[in-house]
Amino acid sequence: MSDALFEALLRLGDNTLVLGHRVSEWCGKAPVLEEDIALANTALDLIGQTQMWLGYAAEVEGAGRTADDLAMLRDVWDFRNILMVERPNMDFGHTMMRQFLFDAYHRAALRGLSISTDPRVAEIAAKAVKEATYHLERSAETVIALGDGTQVSHDKMQAALDLLWPYVGEMFESDAVDAQISDAGIAPDPATLRGGWDTYVQGVMAEATLSIPEDSFAHRGGRTGARHTEHLGHMLTQMQWLQRAYPDATW
Amino acid sequence: MSSPSPSAYDENETPKAGPKRTGEWPLFEVFIRGQHGLSHRHVGSLHAPDAAMAIKNARDVYTRRNEGVSIWVVEAEAIHASAPGDKEALYDPANDKVYRHPTFFDVPDEVGHM
Repeated sequence: MSDALFEALLRLGDNTLVLGHRVSEWCGKAPVLEEDIALANTALDLIGQTQMWLGYAAEVEGAGRTADDLAMLRDVWDFRNILMVERPNMDFGHTMMRQFLFDAYHRAALRGLSISTDPRVAEIAAKAVKEATYHLERSAETVIALGDGTQVSHDKMQAALDLLWPYVGEMFESDAVDAQISDAGIAPDPATLRGGWDTYVQGVMAEATLSIPEDSFAHRGGRTGARHTEHLGHMLTQMQWLQRAYPDATW
Repeated sequence: MSSPSPSAYDENETPKAGPKRTGEWPLFEVFIRGQHGLSHRHVGSLHAPDAAMAIKNARDVYTRRNEGVSIWVVEAEAIHASAPGDKEALYDPANDKVYRHPTFFDVPDEVGHM
């Protein structure tokens, strides 16, 4: 059981870690000052959640590792985040579309996690769901504003949606780990979140005048660690550089 | 690779009219209530496409450290202000009218701090 729980916590913590780092890459260069600050806040929220998930994961593992060790000293194949969050930011529209698709999933997942039979998981999720709710409000509003904006912004958002859609399926994939964890009442089975997510996302996309691609092909391999995209390794060279070059550095 | 050769400047050529920039968002003034029972105070300003977004931006820009329980935003152009040039006429006459300050009453000790 603790193996499955460790794996499940890595999936939660790695999603927030990798997306948090990606979003932080906008710091200092977002299109406007207000968005810059908002994105940095989002990134910090996600990194804060990472500390809690990976901190608990390290305890469950019981191998003397810390959240920092898990974040900074693992290599690509040990990461369990979905592929969508490791994709490069590209333009602002792509970043916000990715954020929206993830936030809608994240809020639903955290709501389920906040009634977990594991009190630690429930506690972390109860704190995180408030942040995710705000992230979703913000990203949904931005997707609607840009989708239903000018011709240029509409085209960019449609292109972002088309590009990201094949990465949606992996969020709702279930395997043996999920089955074990959901049977124990620790987390909802991701597959059960799909219906609500679809309804919500369809509503927002309709308002944003964007069309959801019909193809349901899904890239997978991130949350099992089987096959990450080439982008994650490049991201880790940036994220882990300091710790790798100066192990255990303090200030 | 060489840099492209510059074309000669033609003073008779009319400058090309680029697309006019219309992208500036309106300015909003932000007011935040720090605690229940206090009034909203002006904390600064920001740009946003509309009022709803201005509140969200204000939340991110001005309440990151738990500063508030309520946010007001007002489009800056909706605020009417007194003219700095009228300062003397508006405010100086009050300077020598000390009797307008309620400092001439003896407050009984039992009242304590007022």
